[in-house]
Amino acid sequence: MHRVVKISKGLNINLKGAPVAEMTSVETAKQYALMPADFTRVTPKVVVKPEDTVKAGDPLFVDKSIPELQFVSPVSGKVVAVNRGERRRVLSVVVESDGKFESVEYKAKDVLSLSSDEIKADLLKAGLFAFMRQRPYDVIADPKDAPRAIYVSAFDSKPLAVSFEVALKGNEEDFQTGLDALSRIAPVHLGICACQKSTALLVAKNVVTTIFKGPHPAGNVGVQINKTAPVNKGEIVWTIGAEEVIFIGRLFNKGKVDFTRTVALAGSEVKNPSYSKVVLGAQLTNLLKGRLEEKHELRIIDGNVLTGKKTTADGFLGAFSTEVTVIPEIMGGDELLGWAMPRFSMYSTSHSYFSWLFPKRKYTIDARIKGGERHMIMSNEYDKVFPMDIYPEYLIKAIITGNIDKMEQLGIYEVAPEDFALCEFVDSSKLELQRIVREGLDKLRAEMC
Amino acid sequence: MKFLRNYLNKIKPNFEEGGKLHAFRSVFDGFETFLFVPNDTSKSGVNIHDAIDSKRIMSLVVIALVPALLVGMYNIGLQNAIAAGTAATTGWFEMFVFGLLVMLPKIVVSYVVGLGIEFVVAQWKNEEIHEGFLVSGILIPMVVPAGCPLWVLAVATAFAVIFAKEVFGGTGMNIVNVALVARAFIFFAYPAVISGDSVWVATEEILGFGATVDGYTCATALQQAANGLAITGADPSATLSVCDMLFGFMPGSIGETSVVAIAIGAVILLWTGVASWKTMFSVFAGGVLMSLLFQNTLPDNPMAQLPCWQHLILGGFCFGAVFMATDPVTSARTEVGKYIYGFGIGAMAILIRVLNPGYPEGMMLAILLMNVTAPFIDYCVVQSNITARAKRLTKKN
Repeated sequence: MHRVVKISKGLNINLKGAPVAEMTSVETAKQYALMPADFTRVTPKVVVKPEDTVKAGDPLFVDKSIPELQFVSPVSGKVVAVNRGERRRVLSVVVESDGKFESVEYKAKDVLSLSSDEIKADLLKAGLFAFMRQRPYDVIADPKDAPRAIYVSAFDSKPLAVSFEVALKGNEEDFQTGLDALSRIAPVHLGICACQKSTALLVAKNVVTTIFKGPHPAGNVGVQINKTAPVNKGEIVWTIGAEEVIFIGRLFNKGKVDFTRTVALAGSEVKNPSYSKVVLGAQLTNLLKGRLEEKHELRIIDGNVLTGKKTTADGFLGAFSTEVTVIPEIMGGDELLGWAMPRFSMYSTSHSYFSWLFPKRKYTIDARIKGGERHMIMSNEYDKVFPMDIYPEYLIKAIITGNIDKMEQLGIYEVAPEDFALCEFVDSSKLELQRIVREGLDKLRAEMC
Repeated sequence: MKFLRNYLNKIKPNFEEGGKLHAFRSVFDGFETFLFVPNDTSKSGVNIHDAIDSKRIMSLVVIALVPALLVGMYNIGLQNAIAAGTAATTGWFEMFVFGLLVMLPKIVVSYVVGLGIEFVVAQWKNEEIHEGFLVSGILIPMVVPAGCPLWVLAVATAFAVIFAKEVFGGTGMNIVNVALVARAFIFFAYPAVISGDSVWVATEEILGFGATVDGYTCATALQQAANGLAITGADPSATLSVCDMLFGFMPGSIGETSVVAIAIGAVILLWTGVASWKTMFSVFAGGVLMSLLFQNTLPDNPMAQLPCWQHLILGGFCFGAVFMATDPVTSARTEVGKYIYGFGIGAMAILIRVLNPGYPEGMMLAILLMNVTAPFIDYCVVQSNITARAKRLTKKN
């Protein structure tokens, strides 16, 4: 049997609007965009211009420092815009679909007969290597590195997260091929949840499977690495999303790229939260059409409530996003003496509120911060929801003070911003921990690389 | 409440950059965020936040202090009546009102001086007002004797806020407990105000309440013990019953006497998770072990021979353990460190009580000493994590 790892620290936030395991069909989107900001570290060099025709798999931009690292168009059609922001930074490359979803032709291959380098070359060519991230630093991986292992987490434990089993249905074979392909590069560790019953996960071949039990962040790949074999200084571990493994499988089984994701539309402000088949990078207009409540001003999040970015109704699905969440921006604003009120409808981990009395109740939480930013006052707040063998508070302080040695010693190589999302949620001092960690990782990488 | 919001919106521009009242921006901000929860929404990172904030945490501590404060007020009146010899004829309400009249100016002075400095500093540093002084402001009048003059209190508060807090960077950055620094300042700068046996009882009539008693002296229980006199029991010098000690009907600093009221506060703090049970528990553990040790080794020292349960319920031991030692900013921040830190406070308090001939109380100095030691304790605990990580690396290679 597989090894079982129990995680006791953490927190499941019960939110209204979890997606039910049903498929809702939506009209395919007209426009698709790839946003370089999703690919941390990468400085894009755009290789197309507006009016160029592209197929799915043709590069839209490449990495300036590693030109063979390509970022490809998810659909076939015509490039309509290269949007730039301040200092000509590329914000997005937009492609208008011709509705045919034609892919560049690759060859279907038997992955188990290929070498590591051949697999890497194929992934680079098809633009799938762009989804490979690395620890330390939580950035897009460098294909020249030899990782110690590749970690895949097959479940997302965040609030309102997608169930990977829904996405897996019908894609079992591609998933296994994807794992096979990765296992040629380095040993693959698959983390699954005790609640998952899909045989494709339970009997996945060529992988070391570990079962994780416990609250969020049990599904975070960083926690899974830390609990099985923590990243030491000098080591490199690659991580890739479970759905991206399916993309890889499709490439080798069918000889085509197919970026169709199973995306959840979730959140308290969504009517009938459920799943839809959407191609990566799609404009959200069709997905959201007619499905939002209009009681409050809305916050549309590309991704999860804990880690996603605020976007707009005509924004695009991020490259790594498997869900779109909609919550109220402000619900019951201008609250008089809110800090002193019982606030029966609000969720808190603190016993000074009453939500701990109703563990089953589901909550609607708006985007208000509900307090001012302070210095760290309370101790042990982060530790309670941070299951790694790391002192989060001291690591954050080392980052804030820019102490590189301390960051290293305290284990910054093992963490990613998403690992601090729960800490940021519970923090009574309202510090922007994910931003702080991201800046710390960037600073360290600038010093070390 | 729309009216209030609209009014604030109307006057807000005056306080913004270029407005004619810009010099009072921090005051306006302070009141605005106090009245209305800011509508700011998250810009980076998580899109949702827990409803807890530091205002609520601080106000919980203030709520937890209220029972001790109320009993303290009543006790001021009671001690005055005992001094005047009218304890049997004075009603509890009159006693309480007298206590209130003694206490109220102290609280007002402490808040006005402390918050005044906070407002000025916030304005100067262009920051939001931090609410840390809400707690210190009520703690300071509670840790001084009833006879403490207002001007001494004002000077001590100003000293503590400026030199124990603001120079370090404000709430959350201070090394030592602000309220205890205020008390220590009085202790060293104006010892006559806080020691001896003529300061513990308020002896001036106020607005017709209470009685003026001249030349009244009354020692605290710990002073009596230090002088080798029995505190309770059949001995003629004993004036207190166990009940008095538990409910706090004895001379002492205003907030520290009532164990029962402090226990109610402790339950509130522990229940809401504001204070750490680890710190609180180990303060008591340290106190018990240290006093048992002394009892068995120093037969001639009267303080060492005080039974350990009396050590715990007399003086500022309980008050310090519940409200001062658990201050999250100045206490150890690691979980293992909290045990060591708490134990150190308990043990050190008894050590000072027993071995220091000059002053019978040791809690204040013990907490201040451990405040200073706490960063070192944390350093050691964190260092063990660092060493373990480094070992993992060498084992690998």
